[in-house]
Parts: sequence; structure tokens; C-alpha cells
Amino acid sequence: MKKFLIAAAALSLWAGLAYAQAYPTRPVTVIVPFAAGGPTDVIARIVGDHMSKTLGQQVIVENVAGAGGTTGITRGSQAAPDGYTLMMGHMGTHGAAPALYPQLRYNPTTDFAPIGLAAGTPILIVAKKAFPAKDLKEFAAYLKANQAKVNEAHAGVGSVSFTTCTMLNAQLGVKPTRVAYRGTGPSLNDLVGGQVDYMCDQIVNLVEQIKGGQIKAFAIATAERSPALPDVPTTKEAGLPEYQVSAWNALFAPKGTPKAVVDRLNDALSKALDDPATRKRLLDLGGIVPAGPERTPEYLAAFVKKEVERWTPILKAAGAVAN
Amino acid sequence: MGELAGNLALGFATALSWQNLALCFTGAMVGTLIGVLPGVGPIATIAMLLPLTFKADPTGALIMLAGIYYGAQYGGSTTAILVNIPGEATSVITTLDGHQMARHGRAGVALGTAAIASFVAGSIATVVIAALGVPLTKLALLFGPAEYFSLMAMGLAFATVLARGSVYKAVAMIVVGLLLATVGTDLETGEDRLTFGLQDLSDGIDFAVLAMGLFGFAEVLRNLENPETRDVVKGAIGRLLPSRADLKQSLMPVLRGTGLGAMLGILPGNGAVLGPFASYAVEKKLARKPERFGRGAIEGVAGPEAANNAGAQTAFIPLLTLGIPPNAVMALMVGAMTIHGIIPGPQVITKRPDLFWGMVASMWIGNLMLLVINLPLVGLWVRLLKVPYRLMFPAILVFCCIGIYSINNNPADVMFTAFFGLAGYALYKFGFEPAPLLLGFVLGRLMEEKLRQALVLSRGSFLTFVERPVSAGLLLVAVVVIVVAVLPAVRKGREQAFQE
Repeated sequence: MKKFLIAAAALSLWAGLAYAQAYPTRPVTVIVPFAAGGPTDVIARIVGDHMSKTLGQQVIVENVAGAGGTTGITRGSQAAPDGYTLMMGHMGTHGAAPALYPQLRYNPTTDFAPIGLAAGTPILIVAKKAFPAKDLKEFAAYLKANQAKVNEAHAGVGSVSFTTCTMLNAQLGVKPTRVAYRGTGPSLNDLVGGQVDYMCDQIVNLVEQIKGGQIKAFAIATAERSPALPDVPTTKEAGLPEYQVSAWNALFAPKGTPKAVVDRLNDALSKALDDPATRKRLLDLGGIVPAGPERTPEYLAAFVKKEVERWTPILKAAGAVAN
Repeated sequence: MGELAGNLALGFATALSWQNLALCFTGAMVGTLIGVLPGVGPIATIAMLLPLTFKADPTGALIMLAGIYYGAQYGGSTTAILVNIPGEATSVITTLDGHQMARHGRAGVALGTAAIASFVAGSIATVVIAALGVPLTKLALLFGPAEYFSLMAMGLAFATVLARGSVYKAVAMIVVGLLLATVGTDLETGEDRLTFGLQDLSDGIDFAVLAMGLFGFAEVLRNLENPETRDVVKGAIGRLLPSRADLKQSLMPVLRGTGLGAMLGILPGNGAVLGPFASYAVEKKLARKPERFGRGAIEGVAGPEAANNAGAQTAFIPLLTLGIPPNAVMALMVGAMTIHGIIPGPQVITKRPDLFWGMVASMWIGNLMLLVINLPLVGLWVRLLKVPYRLMFPAILVFCCIGIYSINNNPADVMFTAFFGLAGYALYKFGFEPAPLLLGFVLGRLMEEKLRQALVLSRGSFLTFVERPVSAGLLLVAVVVIVVAVLPAVRKGREQAFQE
């Protein structure tokens, strides 16, 4: 019996190895849980384009949008753990979702085989052109003094602009009127038009309007300034060091995916992030590319846990619940 | 003026390179072919074909994507005319008279008119973008939530004119459409509304799902029930291209439609959707015999098609000058640009004039190509109608299902379409029109959103809608339209009551 078990174990190990060597034998699908054209989609397509070369198989992006990204991740988490269906998870789907969606059908920390962090995008604090403040300190002071009349715009409950500004408002201790829009486009339109006062969002959505002088940026919520907007100070420089947040994206496979397959994918992802052309495309968008030690599956697993622990109290305190 | 000429010269120099011409043609061709499949609209088409553009340079890629966009837009009208299935919101109106024309053996004329109207409108809109794009942007920024709500209210007032029969039934349908639009996650609170616990409804009902059901599936059911009307074209096909008289009749509607469509297309949100509806309403009001509308009036195809195409084009203005996408298709174009390392915004005109003006020029070239591609295809499409219905309807159903599935890659959407197909059949049996319902649905979502945003911004005061001059003006037009539309009906109703 024991012999049999050893043989079986050896056989399965061999099968696993053989599988990993053969993998992938057909195209790999990456579910992007947002509509085509958004920041997560663009990053997935840029990274996937290079991963196709390393894997020798086409990486296909499939957009399954809905319910703040949880629809696509739910579907991906239920896929066969064979390495042919992956997901591009995100700050929202794997950090904020447990607090926002009480009926969430997956657990970000236990239902996945993390592959690695892909590029993220920093968050900016921006305001309409006529906002009576010239830096973050004045902005914070004005906000505190005029809470009743200030309007903050966001792209819908559960969106990146919503969660990140929830954090900002909590840290500043202000309760402005929050105006909900469907998506970044309409909210930005009203910010440029001066109908609303301020918002928080990903750099890629805002960079051209800031350069064009149609809105003003007070700070970027990363440790270092972005080469895409070198004049915008970091929150640390501007006096709000605790506001550190970015919309990160990461590749996940369903729970139970063989380790050899995960490693193969992690290697392909890391190679894509090191490729100069791919890297340049990501940096041009204002994206942040994770450094070597931040790219391992283990780092991602620990990171997701930290993110869930970080977002849950902030969102619960704000009473933000989506369904 | 000299500057404009110089800019356009630069644009044409860019767009007329062999490579860009080939990309423009490919885009328009592929867009037309895929757009003709019922249910596959521009969004699904562009998303599917996005990877094709990865290898091209940014200008060429954008020119090709723009070509796909016009092509798919135009393809939607083809299905609307031939099989009574609107490819997307803007071709709902074309089903009203376009399909009736097809039933009377004038499918070729309807298709030809649509192609020519689109070309004329597209050419004028290109000049509008080139000459007035930048100043017009300011107009778009004047529109805050309150103005937008009032514009939508005006749109709904126009919808009463769409009614072929009873105004009351049309109003009832608009209200049902508005209610259907409230299904899904509440914008402010994030709570699910009217979803009956179905997860698949939490993002609301997709337009294509509703339209394919109410029009596509219901039409098939209707035709199967009634063997005589089954084959769309009975007897002769008639002429393939519009006659001189047809063109003369279409000229003014095309010009009016272009103006309306171009103006509405600039507005943020999804102003372009209103264009065809507004044009149809205007033409019906101006017509000497309004009762012809809904029975195959050529003005009912020419005007809305022109408005549709003009709006589709001027929708690029906010994208190119502000970097803000006014609708879902344009959001996808932004994504396509960012993939190529260009983040659209006010800087693009000065930093990449070749890209900006090349795209403007390629719009006109793209429209010309659509005409070149589509006029010869008219004969082919019309011959499709000769296919026996027993072969045609399974094909329609299969393509509808593929199209619906491809929107969100969600099988549940196909089931919902089947449900709306049955609902549409029931509505038909009770003499209700689906078009006003769809308009209510399309406007409903935006209207609720803008109403609530306006009220949040005014801290709950309804006066905001009349205090802001643009908003007040739009509401006034809405009231006038309703009074004009409803008064005769009320009078008629009374007369009937007295007779009894």
C-alpha cells in the first residue's frame, strides 16, 4: 500500500511536472472585470501582449464587467484551476470588495492562487480650476471650514475614486456632499465644467486635463513623484503623509492551480514588466511597476490580506455598502 | 480660415497615405460586416478588433478604429431596415419607417437613402469639427446635471410624437421604459433595486438585450404566427437606389437632421442618442401628411440617419478637445489611444497635430468609403430578403444570441433577451409600440442620474431647474411640445366621448 502511495505520489509529481512543461498548449484567457478601455483593461492588454511571447501562446483578454468588478472575479474564481483562466484582480475586487459587498461570493484571501502584482496607477487629489486653494494644506483647511458647501464627485459606489476619496475624507475628518456619477468620464466632465469641487482618481484619467490647466492637482498619493507629472508633489511633501494609496492590479488564478503553472505565469509576468518597451508603455501612462521583491506570489498573498484589513474599517465607518 | 485650410491639408496628407487609406478601408469594411450581424454593435465590434490595431502606429490604429466605429454604426441601420432589429439605440428610429419601406419593396431605396444621408451628414459634421470643434467644447461644459436633466425631459416630450397610434399608449410605454431603466444598482446608495435577487440584473438591463428581445425575437415570433407576411419582400424588389424624386424629398430632412444630430452629439453623457428621435419628431411635425410616418416615409429614414451619423461624429469633439469620453464607445476609443501611448486631452491638438487633423480628415474619407462599400452591397442585402423565412429566422436568432452573448460574455443575457422577446410579442398583441419604450429606457437611466445629481448639488431644491437659464429654456420647449402633441388627442378623445 505504502509502495503504491509513493508510486502514486511520484506519478502525480511527474504528471505535474510534465504538465507544467507542456503548459500552455492553448491560449490563456485573462478575465478583466471591467469594461474594455479602462485603466485595468489597458494594463492587462499591455502586459498580456508581452506575456504571449514568453508563453508561446496567445493571452486573450476577456472583459466581464459588472458590480464593481466582482462579477468577473466571481466567474474567474469558479473556473477550472488549470492555468487557462486567469483574472486581473484589482484594489477594488481584492481589497475593498469584502466591505462593500456583504454577499460577495468569493474570499479574496483564500479563493485564489496569487500569481503576482502587475502595474498599478497612483491616485491624485484634484480640484476644479477655480478652487480657492493653491496647495494641499490650503485645500484641507478650506474643506474643513466649508464642509457644508463643498461637493466631491466620484464614479459610483465601489469605484476607485469612491473608495480612495472615502479614505481621504476620513483622514482629513471631513464630510462633504458626495455626488455619484456613472464612471470617471461624466464626473471629470463636471469637474472641468466647475459643477463639482474636487475628486480623487487614477492618474491616467487625469493627466492631460492637469497638463492642459483645466483642473488642478494638489498631490499624488505615492512615495515618489510621477515622471508623468513631475510638478505635482507627493502627499508626504504636501503634508498628508498617511494618505498612501494606489489602484493596484494583480494576476490571480483560481485556487488549486498547480504551483508549477503559477511559477511559469509569474515568470512570464515578471519578464513582461522587465521588458523595456512594455515598461515604457506602462510608465507613459503614469503607471507604477512593482520592484523585483514585490512580484512574488507570496508577496501578493500577504499584500491582499493587508489591503482587505486596511479597507474594511474605513469603508464600514463610512457606511458604504453596495450590493 | 487660412489656418483651417492648412490644418486640413496636414490632416489629408496624413490620412491619404497608402497605409492609412488601407487601414481606413479595412476598418470601415470590417465594421460594416460585423455591424450587420444583429446585436453586435460598435462597442462589441471595437472591443473584439482592438488587438488587431496593436501593431499599427497610433494614427493608423485610430483611423482604423474610427472606421470600425462608423462602419458598425452604419451596419446597425442595415439590420434595422432589413429585419427590423435596431443594432443600437440610435437606429431604433430607423426601424419605424425603414423597415416599412422594405416591406413595401423599397428596401434598396431605404438602404441607399440611409447611406447617402449618412455621407452628407458625415461630410458636414467633419467640417463642423474642423472649424468649430474647439469653441463648441465650451458649449458642452455649460451643461451641468440640471441642464442635462431638462434636455432629457425635452427628449421624452418628443417621444410622444413617435406614437403611430394612441398617445396614451405611447406615454404608457415611455413610463414602462423609465421603470425598466431603474432596475439595477442604485447610483447613490449602491443598493440593488428591482432585481428580484438576480445577480445578473445588478448592473441593470443592457440596451441590446432589451432591443434584441423587443424587436428581434418578438419580430420572429410575430412573423412565424402569420405565414402570409412572413417573407419580408413579396414579389418585386423594386429599384435598388433612390430616384431623383426620393433624393429631393430627402434633402431638407437630411440637412435638418444633420444640424440636430451635430448639436446633440457634442453634449456629454449620451446626447447623440437624442438626435435621431428629435429629427424624426421634427420631420413628422413638419410633414404635410404626418400619417405617412410609420408606413414607410422616406423622410423618416433620411432625417434620423443623418442625425445619427452627424452625432456619431461630433461625439468625437469632447474626446479630442477635452479628453473626456461622452459615451461608452468613446470611452473605448480612449482606451485604444492609451494603449498606443496617447492620452487624449486638450494637449493632443498642439502636441500631435498630425494625429488630430489626420483623424478629422479620415472621418470624411471613412464616410466616403462607407458610401463606396455600401452602395454596391445594397443589392446583396436586398437579395438576402429573398431567402425563405424558414431559413432566415433561425439565422437571425442565432446571430442575435451570439451578439448578445458577446456584449458581456454572459449567458444570462441571452435568457433575458428571450424573456423580452415574449414580452415584446405580448405588447404587439395588445397594440403597444416598442419604440417609445426603448426611448424611455435609454433616457431613463441618464435622467434619473442627472436629476439626483442636480438635486444633491442644489441641496434638494427643485428651483435649480428653472433658475438656470439653459435648463429653464429646455423645459419650456418640453412643455410646448407636450401641449402641442397632447391637445389634439384630448380634443379627439372628447369628441368621441360626446358621440357616444
